[in-house]
Amino acid sequence: MNCRSEVLEVTVEARQVEEAMLALLHTILLHRSTGKFHYKKEGTYSIGTVGTMDIDCDFIDFSFVRVSSEELDRVIRRAVSEFKDALGNSGSDGMGQISLEFYQKKKSRWPFSDECIPWEVWSIKVNVVNLANEQERQICREKVGEKLGEKVINVVEVINRHEYLPKMPTQSEVDNVFDTSLKDVQPYLYKITYQITDSLGTSVSTTMRRLIKDTLAL
Amino acid sequence: MDSDLSPQDKKDLDKFIKFFALKTVQVIVQARLGEKICTRSSSSPTGSDWFNLAIKDIPEVTHEAKKALAGQLPGIGRSMCVEISLKTSEGDSMELETWCLEMNEKCDKDIKVSYTVYNRLSVLLKSLLAITRVTPAYKLSRKQGHDYVILYRIYFGEVQLNGLGEGFQTVRVGVVGTPVGTVTLSCAYRTNLAFMSNRQFERSAPIMGIIVDHFVDPPCGVQRPANVGHPCNYRAPDEDDGGLFAGVQDSQEVCTTSFSTSPPSQLYTSRLNYHPPALAGAADLSHPAANPNQVMHRSATGQFTNAPTSSQPRITLPLFLLCSGDDDGMSQSGEGRSVSPSDPVESLNAFTRKIGAFVNKPTTQMTAANLDLPFAAFAPRGLDSEENDPMVTPPDSPACPSPLQASLHSQGSESSGQQDDFVMVDFRPAFSKDDLLPMDLGTFYREFQNPPQLASLSLHISSQSMADDLDSLPEKLALYEKNIDEFDAFVDMLQ
Repeated sequence: MNCRSEVLEVTVEARQVEEAMLALLHTILLHRSTGKFHYKKEGTYSIGTVGTMDIDCDFIDFSFVRVSSEELDRVIRRAVSEFKDALGNSGSDGMGQISLEFYQKKKSRWPFSDECIPWEVWSIKVNVVNLANEQERQICREKVGEKLGEKVINVVEVINRHEYLPKMPTQSEVDNVFDTSLKDVQPYLYKITYQITDSLGTSVSTTMRRLIKDTLAL
Repeated sequence: MDSDLSPQDKKDLDKFIKFFALKTVQVIVQARLGEKICTRSSSSPTGSDWFNLAIKDIPEVTHEAKKALAGQLPGIGRSMCVEISLKTSEGDSMELETWCLEMNEKCDKDIKVSYTVYNRLSVLLKSLLAITRVTPAYKLSRKQGHDYVILYRIYFGEVQLNGLGEGFQTVRVGVVGTPVGTVTLSCAYRTNLAFMSNRQFERSAPIMGIIVDHFVDPPCGVQRPANVGHPCNYRAPDEDDGGLFAGVQDSQEVCTTSFSTSPPSQLYTSRLNYHPPALAGAADLSHPAANPNQVMHRSATGQFTNAPTSSQPRITLPLFLLCSGDDDGMSQSGEGRSVSPSDPVESLNAFTRKIGAFVNKPTTQMTAANLDLPFAAFAPRGLDSEENDPMVTPPDSPACPSPLQASLHSQGSESSGQQDDFVMVDFRPAFSKDDLLPMDLGTFYREFQNPPQLASLSLHISSQSMADDLDSLPEKLALYEKNIDEFDAFVDMLQ
């Protein structure tokens, strides 16, 4: 099975990085989250309900919808915050990329660790720009809002192609497909990683890969 | 085309498409209310949330959608459209966007209805939630108020895009293949937002009337045009209406929340009888079902009974208080329109049974009460008895409207006294929390908008004082020169 890979690119001001990333990551996760599964006897299961909420951005003329789950929001915010800090530390005209990868676990026999097989990867490339005055910032605020709207349309278009999705698992297999650690919603297993590129266009010497959702490690 | 589809699958598919259409309308209209929407996730399935999404149902919107559908389903050549337009306080209006739910001929015969189609429709609804925040009308709707309001109109049939002006853009939300055709959801939105004040189609017979009782009610016998627009707001029912749109209600029919991990083909063998309500037309909704096994939720909700003609005064709720995010605040009330079923089987049916689809249910539990429920075979087990089950014998509905609704009603009646033919909306100043208090921020603004002018700023007084000053100037100068030594000493002291 080939992993589906999509790349989104945005150019933002430094203070807009966090909201832009949250908007796109939450939009993707909205589509890749279901309600909690409740397995019953005889192989049936029922699915909980996913609530949604509107979020207004402060630095971008944009609003987006995310899943009503404070736990999930905290995890995403933590990842985005680390990415933003890394971008900020890399230099004034840094570039970076944050990736949201959905994967399945495949059990392996001891002593091998479980295999993580990605089936969809979203990469968001970020170019950070500095603006000289307030007028430019105001224009940027609106332009970035429009661009994010286009990206949301791109995301929706890809997702609605209804390409490969992992099969609905049995109860014993559910943790190989879904992240069941949250109380209220159940996203597909995912991990968020990022890379920072300095202004020379080369990766920093120690590529910083932070796994927010760890795979099983020996 | 349907020869390969089992009767059960066909019924399920029809039901999915019907409720998908209703939920689509709800999502679109709620996205244009001008407020942020917030619904809660629930880890336990409630059985009433179609497509596993928490989307509240505004009764008026559901009513309008069902009226437009008139028992039909979106099909090939029959699209369901939601038109969003803007109307200013001066009476100018402009179509902003048209959302279309269409079906084309491309079939996917191998797709599993109860599982894959359902899940894909759920994803499509999520996409709709996302896209409704992206089109230009969203920002306009968030700023509606004094200057303009946002209206919606639902119609069924051929898509009309003429009112969107030149250069309108189209965005496709998504498609879902089914064995009977492909469901397509798209939006065409206006890009040219320049207003034309003299509209050739506005002055004589407006394309849309405003169904808000801010305006003068039409005299008896005057029929509202069939294609009327509704404001994206609504008010609590007043007493005359008898609670036509009593509260926000859960979906009138149960929805699928239960699935099987067994191969999909096994899902159908364990389902028992299923009798969906006939989709013959609105009349079906207002009369006792010919099939006593059909659940009509009229008694629980008081809706769909002898729906009034369009000349009945509309009811509205304040736009801003719509999304309180609280289901309970909008719970059942307004029993005026309830039908007392005489048929004992009907009375047994007269409750809202929340059973998930695909839920295995033993035959013995499939009483007349829930034979009509879709996927009733998969209703949750482990129910001790129907007497103890709160779903079967729900607690009595409150006799009086909920406090929230009562307050909303009183709020609405304040603003309803306007007889002018322009939209009046309650003045709600920024950061104002509660306009129900007697001395709130809005009242303060109104009272102190025109304060009296300061005395020192009035012209004749200032000129008079200037003349006095000039006259007394020589005397003052002489005095200061006399005391010059004192002033010098003071300055030296300061240094």
